[in-house]
Amino acid sequence: MIEKGWQTSERATRRLKKRYRRERRLKAAGILAIGLALGVLVLLLGSVISRGYPAFVKTEIALEITFDARLIDPSGSGEAKQLAKGKYGRALRQALFAKFPDVVERAERRNLTQLFSKAARFELREMILDQPDWIGTTQRVWLTAASDVDMLTKGSLPRDVPQAERRLNDQQLAWVDHFEAAGNLRTVFNGGFFTGSDSREPELAGIGGALAGSFWTLLITLVLAFPLGVAAAVYLQEFAPKNRLTDFIEVNINNLAAVPSIVFGLLGLAIFIQLFELPRSTAIVGGLTLMLMTLPTIIIATRAALAAVPPSIREAAHGVGASPVQVVSHHVLPLAMPGIMTGTIIGMARALGETAPLLMIGMVAFIVDIPSAPFDSATALPVQIFLWADSPERGFEEKMSAAIIVLLAFLIIMNALAVILRRRFETRW
Amino acid sequence: MQLVILLIALGGLAAIGYYLARRKLLGAAARESIRPHSMPGYHGWYVAVWCALPSAVVLLIWLLFEERILEALLISSLGPEAAMLSGEMLGLLLNDIRNLAAGDAVSRAADPALLAAAERYGAMRDTARAALLGGGLALAAAGLAWSWHHVAPAFRARHRVEKMVRFALILASCVAVVTTVGIILSVLFESIRFFSIIPVGEFLFGLEWSPQTAIREDQIGSSGAFGAVPLFTGTLLITLIAMLVALPIGLFSAVYMAEFASPRVRNTVKPILEILAGVPTVVYGFFAALTVAPALRGFGNSIGLDVASESALAAGAVMGIMIIPFISSLSDDAIVAVPRSLREGSLAMGATRSETVVKVILPAALPGIVAACLLAVSRAIGETMIVVMAAGLAAKLTANPLDAVTTVTAQMVTLLVGDQEFDSAKTLAAFALGLALFLATLALNVLALYIARKYREQYE
Repeated sequence: MIEKGWQTSERATRRLKKRYRRERRLKAAGILAIGLALGVLVLLLGSVISRGYPAFVKTEIALEITFDARLIDPSGSGEAKQLAKGKYGRALRQALFAKFPDVVERAERRNLTQLFSKAARFELREMILDQPDWIGTTQRVWLTAASDVDMLTKGSLPRDVPQAERRLNDQQLAWVDHFEAAGNLRTVFNGGFFTGSDSREPELAGIGGALAGSFWTLLITLVLAFPLGVAAAVYLQEFAPKNRLTDFIEVNINNLAAVPSIVFGLLGLAIFIQLFELPRSTAIVGGLTLMLMTLPTIIIATRAALAAVPPSIREAAHGVGASPVQVVSHHVLPLAMPGIMTGTIIGMARALGETAPLLMIGMVAFIVDIPSAPFDSATALPVQIFLWADSPERGFEEKMSAAIIVLLAFLIIMNALAVILRRRFETRW
Repeated sequence: MQLVILLIALGGLAAIGYYLARRKLLGAAARESIRPHSMPGYHGWYVAVWCALPSAVVLLIWLLFEERILEALLISSLGPEAAMLSGEMLGLLLNDIRNLAAGDAVSRAADPALLAAAERYGAMRDTARAALLGGGLALAAAGLAWSWHHVAPAFRARHRVEKMVRFALILASCVAVVTTVGIILSVLFESIRFFSIIPVGEFLFGLEWSPQTAIREDQIGSSGAFGAVPLFTGTLLITLIAMLVALPIGLFSAVYMAEFASPRVRNTVKPILEILAGVPTVVYGFFAALTVAPALRGFGNSIGLDVASESALAAGAVMGIMIIPFISSLSDDAIVAVPRSLREGSLAMGATRSETVVKVILPAALPGIVAACLLAVSRAIGETMIVVMAAGLAAKLTANPLDAVTTVTAQMVTLLVGDQEFDSAKTLAAFALGLALFLATLALNVLALYIARKYREQYE
C-alpha cells in the first residue's frame, strides 16, 4: 500500500507504517467499544426476555371434581350468598384423595394438595357461582397448579438434583408425571398476570394493580406537568426580559434537571406527606413528586421547540396586528406543538421507569387491591419489579422479568410514538 | 362529594359568565353601534376567570390545610387530658377517631367518649365542607357579578386577560424556583434537626455507620452510630468503577462515531446506544443483581478469588454501562463542536486521522469532555436503584472492589422505606445524607456547566 516514492526515506516509510498502525488501532478500539456497549445491551435484553417469557403462560391441572351438594350448598337454598360459603377446599381434597386412594398418610396428603395453587378452591367457587347447575354433578375442571409445579413444567426447576435440594420431592414429581401422562396437565396463556394484583403466591401474582397505579400516577404527572411546563417555557422563551431573575430561573431549571431523582423523593416526603399530610403510598403523592421531576425535562424540550420556530412567523403575526399573547397562542405554540409533544412523551417515559422517588414516599407497600382512584394506596410497575426482586420465592423471578418486559414494551411504544411524531410533524424551516 | 359538586358548579358558573359577558357586550355594541375594543371572547374569558379563580384558590388552600385545622379543633374539643398525651398517643387517638368517623376498624374498644368525639369530628368536617361549598359558590357569584359589571364596549378586556395570562406564565416558571427552594428547605430543616442530635463532625468524619437506633430505651444496640465516611467511600468506590467502565467505552465510541463512522453507521448505532440511557434503572438493578453479580462470583470462585455476592464491582460495572450513552453523546457533541478549520488544518499538514483526533480534536474538545464526565459522575453518585438492588447494606470501610460496600443512596432508601415516625435520628439521617448528596451533585453540575460555558466562548 505504501510505495517508496522518490522523496521517502527508509525511516519515513517505517514511521508511516507505524502511524497507520496507530490509526487502525484507534479505529479498532472505537469499534470494540461500540461492540461492547451493544453486546451488553443484547445481554441485558436477552437475560430479561429469556427469564421472563415463561411467565406469560401458566400450568393447569385437570381434576374430576364432584360438587357434592352437602359440601357446597348444605342448606339447599341455591342462593349465591350460601354458595360462596361452600367448602370447596374439601371438595378439591376429596377429589384428589379419591384419585390417589393409596395416599393415606397426612404428610403425604398435604404434599399432594400442595401441587395445587392456594387459589384453586376460589376457582372452584367461581365455577359454581357461574354454573349453579353443576352442584351434585362430577366435572373435569382445570385448576391452577402451584408455583413449584409451574416452574417444574417450564423447566426452571431442575429434576436431576438430590431430593433434599428440590422444592418438590420424588413422590410429588411422580404425581406430576402421572398427571402429565394422562393428559391432565397443560400450559395456557396466563391472563391473570395482566389483570391480577400482587400476591404472596407467585402463581397468582399479576401486574394489574401496578399498571393501574402507574396509570394514575402518570395521569397526575401529565395533567400537572404539561401545562405548567409549557407555560413556564413560553414565558422564559417568548416573554421574559433578560434580567437577573430570569437568569436565576434558567439556572434553576438546568440544575433541577440534573438533581438525583431520589432527592425529589425526599422533597415529596417532606412537603406532600409531612407538611400537607396527603395520604402516604398514594398515586397522588407519586404523581406530584414525579411532576416536579419531569417539569425541567418538559420545559427544556418546549423551549427548544419554541426556539426552532423562525422569527419571521412572529414578525409576520405582529405585523398584521396580533398582540404578543396572540402571536404565541395562535402561531408559535401550534407550530411548536410536535416538538413539545415529543419532549413530553420522553419525559413521561422517564417518569414511568422511575423508581427511587416512589420508594421514598412509601409506594412500596404490598397492595392487593387494584387502585381505582388517585387517593387509593397504590404501587407502580417499576416498584412492583423491585418488590418482586426482593421476594425469595423462585416463581417471582420470572414474574419480575415478565413485568420488566411489559415495562420495556411500554417504554418502546412511548419512544416510538415520540419518534413518529417528530418525523411526521416536525417542520424544517 | 361536596368538592366535586363545587368544582362542577364552578365550571358551570364560569361558562355562564363567559356566555353572559359575550351577550352583554354584543348587545351593548349593537345598541350603541360602536366597535368594542376587544373581541367578545376576551370579555367572556375575563368574567370566567374572575368567577372561577378566587374560589378555586380558596378551595386549594383549604384542602391543603383542612386536616390540620380540623385536628387542632378536635384536640381543643377533647379537653385537657388529650393535650397531656404524648405525640404518638395523641396521633393514635386521632387516628382512631378519624377511622370511627369513617366507619373503619379501630385499634381499641369504642367507648362513649370516643364515639362522641368521632361524631363531633364528622360533624365538624361536614360543617366545614358545607361552608366551603356555600362560601365558594358565593365567592364565584360575587366575582361573576363584579366582573360582569365591567363589561362594556370601551372596556379593554384583552389587555386585562393578557395580563392575567402573563401573570400565570410567570407563576408557572417560578415553580422551578419553588421546587429548588423546597428541596433545599426540606432537606436542610430535617438535617438541622438531625445535627442537633448527632454533631456534624461525627456525621462527616465518623468511621462507623450503624443506624439501628432502639425503639425502647433498654434495647441492646441502642447506640446508633452515624459516621458517614464508609458511605462516602463506598459511593466513591462504586462511582470510580462505573467511570472506569464508562469512560473508555463512551469516549472511544464517541470518537469513532464522530470521526470515523459513515453517516449510515452513525445514524443506526447512535439511537441504539441511546436505548441504554432509556432503560429504567430498576432493570439495571435486576441485571446487576441476577445476572452480573452471580456471574462475577462464579468467575471469581473459579480462579480462587473470594467475591462477595453483592460486590461493588457488579454494581459499579452495571452503573458504568448505564452511563455509557451519557458520556458518549455528550463527548460526541463536544467533538462535533470543534471547528472544521482545526480538523482540516491538521489533516492538511499531513497528520493521519488518528493523530488529528489525539493531538488536535481531543485537546480542543477536552473541556466539553470533562464537563460530560463531571455530569456522569453526578449521575453515578445519585443513582439509586442499581445500588439498592445490587450493592450491600453493611457499611464497610474498604477499597476492595470485590467486597460489598454500601452507598449514600442505598442507605437513604433503607432508612426511609417502612413506616417510621419523622423524629428519630434514623429517619432524619436520611435527610442529612440527602443534603450531602444534593450539595455534591449541585457542585458537580455547576462546575460542569461552568467548564462547558467557558469552553464555548473560545471558538465563537
